[in-house]
Amino acid sequence: MQVTMTVNGTEVTRDVEPRLLLVHFLRETLGLTGTHWGCDTSNCGTCVVLVDGEPVKSCTALAAMTAGHEVRTVEGMATGATLDPVQQGFMEEHGLQCGFCTPGMMLTARALLDRNPNPDETEIREAISGQICRCTGYATIVRSVQWAAAHPATESNAASEEVPA
Amino acid sequence: MTAVEERPANPSATAADRPIGFGRIQRKEDPRFVRGKGHYLDDFVLPGMLHGAILRSPMAHARLVSIDTTEALAHPKVHAVITGKDLEGLNLAWAPTLSADVQAVLATDKVRFQGQEVAFVIADDRYSARDALELIDVEYEDLPPVVDARRALDPGAPVIRDDKEGQTDNHIFDWEAGDAAETDAVFATADVVVKQEMVYPRVHPAPMETCGAIADYEPIDGKLTLYETTQAPHAHRTLFAMVAGIPEHKIRIISPDIGGGFGNKVGIYPGYILAVVGSIVTGKPVKWVEDRSENLMSTSFARDYIMTGEVAATKEGKILAVRTNVLADHGAFNATAQPTKYPAGFFHIFTGSYDLQAAHCKVTGVYTNKAPGGVAYACSFRVTEAVYLVERMVDILAAKLEMDPAELRLKNFIRPEQFPYANKTGWEYDSGDYEPTMRLSMQMAGYDELRREQAEKRARGELMGIGVAFFTETVGAGPRKHMDIVGLGMADGAEVRVHPTGKAVVRLSVQSQGQGHETTFAQIVAEELGIPPEDIDVVHGDTDQTPFGLGTYGSRSTPVSGAAVALTARKIKDKARAIAAAMLETRPEDLEWEKGRWYVKGDPSVGKTIQEIALGAHGTVALPEGIDGNLDAEVCYDPPNLTFPFGAYICVVDIDKGTGKVHVRRFIAVDDCGTRINPMIIEGQVHGGLTDGVGMALMEFIGFDEQGNCLGGSFMDYLIPTAMEVPDWETGHTVTPSPHHPIGAKGIGESATVGSPPAVVNAVVDALAPFGIHHMDMPCTPARVWEAMQGRPTPPI
Amino acid sequence: MQVPAPFEYVRATSVGNALELLERHGPESRVIAGGHSLLPMMKLRLARPEWLIDINDVAELRHITEEPDQLRVGALTRHAALLDSDVVGRLFPIVQDAERVIADPVVRNRGTIGGSLGQADPAEDLTTVCDVLRAQVVIAGPGGERVVDMADFHRGPYETACEQHELLVEVRFPIRPRMGSAYEKVERRVGDWAVGAAGAALWMAEDGTVADATIGLTALGLEGLATEAAAVLVGQRPSEDLFAEAAALAARASSPIEDQRGPVDYKRHLADELTRRVLGRALDRAAHPTAVQGG
Repeated sequence: MQVTMTVNGTEVTRDVEPRLLLVHFLRETLGLTGTHWGCDTSNCGTCVVLVDGEPVKSCTALAAMTAGHEVRTVEGMATGATLDPVQQGFMEEHGLQCGFCTPGMMLTARALLDRNPNPDETEIREAISGQICRCTGYATIVRSVQWAAAHPATESNAASEEVPA
Repeated sequence: MTAVEERPANPSATAADRPIGFGRIQRKEDPRFVRGKGHYLDDFVLPGMLHGAILRSPMAHARLVSIDTTEALAHPKVHAVITGKDLEGLNLAWAPTLSADVQAVLATDKVRFQGQEVAFVIADDRYSARDALELIDVEYEDLPPVVDARRALDPGAPVIRDDKEGQTDNHIFDWEAGDAAETDAVFATADVVVKQEMVYPRVHPAPMETCGAIADYEPIDGKLTLYETTQAPHAHRTLFAMVAGIPEHKIRIISPDIGGGFGNKVGIYPGYILAVVGSIVTGKPVKWVEDRSENLMSTSFARDYIMTGEVAATKEGKILAVRTNVLADHGAFNATAQPTKYPAGFFHIFTGSYDLQAAHCKVTGVYTNKAPGGVAYACSFRVTEAVYLVERMVDILAAKLEMDPAELRLKNFIRPEQFPYANKTGWEYDSGDYEPTMRLSMQMAGYDELRREQAEKRARGELMGIGVAFFTETVGAGPRKHMDIVGLGMADGAEVRVHPTGKAVVRLSVQSQGQGHETTFAQIVAEELGIPPEDIDVVHGDTDQTPFGLGTYGSRSTPVSGAAVALTARKIKDKARAIAAAMLETRPEDLEWEKGRWYVKGDPSVGKTIQEIALGAHGTVALPEGIDGNLDAEVCYDPPNLTFPFGAYICVVDIDKGTGKVHVRRFIAVDDCGTRINPMIIEGQVHGGLTDGVGMALMEFIGFDEQGNCLGGSFMDYLIPTAMEVPDWETGHTVTPSPHHPIGAKGIGESATVGSPPAVVNAVVDALAPFGIHHMDMPCTPARVWEAMQGRPTPPI
Repeated sequence: MQVPAPFEYVRATSVGNALELLERHGPESRVIAGGHSLLPMMKLRLARPEWLIDINDVAELRHITEEPDQLRVGALTRHAALLDSDVVGRLFPIVQDAERVIADPVVRNRGTIGGSLGQADPAEDLTTVCDVLRAQVVIAGPGGERVVDMADFHRGPYETACEQHELLVEVRFPIRPRMGSAYEKVERRVGDWAVGAAGAALWMAEDGTVADATIGLTALGLEGLATEAAAVLVGQRPSEDLFAEAAALAARASSPIEDQRGPVDYKRHLADELTRRVLGRALDRAAHPTAVQGG
């Protein structure tokens, strides 16, 4: 079947099997490998992307179901060479080690800050509680999000760095 | 860059606030990771690549009667289906493990654990490969399983390893350390003896990225390129050469960015071998990546030790001796990764941080119908089990003597003047000064105030616990004369090249799984040579590009490879001195070093920077005799001893009396890992390990039912802490450098995983003291804590 | 990673269209909304529908509508929307107590109330909440809509009154004055299914006695409400002793099974403990109806 959706600001149309999971559509059909996966049961949140601005576990969504919607992946966070404050915050505060859960964590953080520009520690912890990080112990992720909250972008960062081919 | 800890910024750094050398700098690997531009195994797509999937046994123990692959082979997208019979023809049905045993690549005669590999399908895409698994028809004949390790040696227990000639029971090994008679004698005359059986349950490292491989065998030149999620690419290359009979110079292992390892990615799993076989059979690259259930059910588990500990002491609280008997469940194949001479890893450091008169341990390894593996999950080769045992036992002794557990520890520490300290089981602790570390943790915690608060709460019937643990690690394996893995000495190579313009490349044998090697190792070179870290590229994870070495596990990267890199840089510094002397027309001994520059003694204005020297070395400077024209060096480092990081941890918990739910309110961790290279990375390593510890203490657990069905085979049942279960970590440090390590660093990778489980459990048991409890077994889930309150502290798991 | 077996996919544009599609594609068709129950089952190949009918575009199923005597919640209302809703928080804090502990925030962005009730997992929280609130469920079928009480809707583990060719379209919560409600769950970790949970609602008479009460349990082996336990409350003035008596009866009504989450006696103890707690909190909320976010 044919699906059309907006990925990081660009409309894409592809022929896919109805059963194709969104995570595979992004990683394999579009080659956007910044979105990772870590379990099969929607418990780990490694595969989180934003659909219409909300964090969604892309291993538990079909590409077909996402047709007509707007998807944002880690590749769409930076504006050209300018990182999203969340990306910068993760570098400043050591919010990542192996980097595998990082894209999902950052996208959830982005969605949180869009809704609540000054979250407290508990709100940050709750927001990322559907996502597992095996490396950081979370404290530095919390600090990274706080860093981003304290350093908001001056311009809209909705534009996309990466355009899928 | 926000703050520079410990060392002031070097004024000659390119960015004013950035240290050249040790200190807090941002990680060099982060810019690609935050952009989603890491390259993990499953991101690679090779031309013509096929996908493999493994059919696994649903039974724990069964005879394999027949496998019918006809329908699967008829699937239009399937290229091949490989079974154990096919592998027998290639002499590849069994592969050697890291512990002098063999493991079935694909089952031939029997299946021996639920999740064991039975057949391998290769198809055009991963969806079709999965579909084809359902088309394979396997007939099994049930056999009774051995699930409880305590029953494994019963007369009449089913013999799991009837493939092994002469194996008539499920016994693997007996191993002892220390002096049994001497220890018994101390126990016989001691005022006080406490004894406790405790289970360190089976857990799993469960990195967020599962294991996988892409094999690309090129038949014309016979070259195998193997992309693998491995912590030890060079060891894998050699083992593949031995197993598959491919000449070693024709094998290139590429270990790309790794999404966490924690020990899970040390071993060679059947899936890796099957990808290679698949590529040879089909003539195309074959990718195989585990799903999460495969990861949890079939790859290296950790722990699974049933330990009986005993401590002898005087009535004043002087600990005299410790002894322990351990039953070790190694699963269906003994695939534990550890130095050959140590079948129980480094468990014999169970003497802990205390000055003892005697100690003895005996460990018995047995087969059960469970997944193989054994040493994994950031345990420093079983130091985790050892520290848990002794730190629990010390608390049990404290309860018996009605002494404060922190005071009891302070009373028994090895004193600073006793280092290097020869313990009673054969270790020589390199350096330590335990009391200041313990005192700092107590001060940070506000220990006395916490005890006052606890007393008040107890009076009100509330459950609050304060858990103390003090650990001594033994890491950085190890001296070649004592330590090897399947015959490969545990040394590591490093190579540094300084290019003509003064930029450098470091090549490492070890492989990062998130520890930040690209930063840490650049900082070591920066510290030694004064080249800014941003001018240093770190190359790792490709056996064609890097010198031989055994890889990253057991917290060995900084102790072993870190030393190799520092010594390599020092060779370059020496060479630079000779070249600088030639450039300055003086004698090398007339030059003095400041970071990044040799200058003339007494005339600091006359000198040559390392960059100028690099250009000179590669340029037209008339080189002194015996100096060749580059600024490169390499070293293979054989550590003279292990390093012994240590730390003091204090955990504060509150328990909901009505539900048994444990809330970790605070966690104070003071670590001493010797010289600190990048405090930010060290803190991150500690935070991660503390979270592991809370996980193991409270929730992580792989259980089995009586049929041997794995009950922890997905993230719905194998629970890992989220941000909600852990507190904001409070970390501190002391610095006691290792005397034998070139830069005094001891390693930090696993300290917190080793030290935190007893701190959490000690806190839980402390909270439950009003119920007369002196011990409860992990995991301290709400139900198990409630059971402990009912007088059932060690329910079967 | 695990992937589903092949199927055909179609989007429904309205309730009528969804029913048509169900009819057309027959017994091997399944409706999908949030997908967080169905897709994992499909990945394990425990569910293998031939057709998936996606109802996410059916806007008429996504609403939270307050009427004088009832709150109507469309079946496609996401967990996150229920948690964010001021109306829900004001009228039925028990819903938000439960929503806060259903799965995790990301799953709650997709999962729906209809999906939870329809899946009827024995450890599912909203079934208990709807039982306790004496909710009704609206089921649309080829012959029109029918309204069924929760007691008739929920037929047991994984079984409801909604037939294959029907669609759960709405949940209706009756609004009655002087009511307080609460839910509490014990889980091994955030996001885990319940070890055990209890929910309760109290409707107070003007004289301060209990006019009506309901108690429900999750994952503790009780189908429907703990009626005997609730009955001892009615007509009585609330007290700790009274709640303890009701809680003991609720525990007696439970029949939990032993599993990795705990043994039978622990779970029965939870039925008692949690029932006491939620009764206490429900009473507080009935007395202080504006303090809805408490607990």
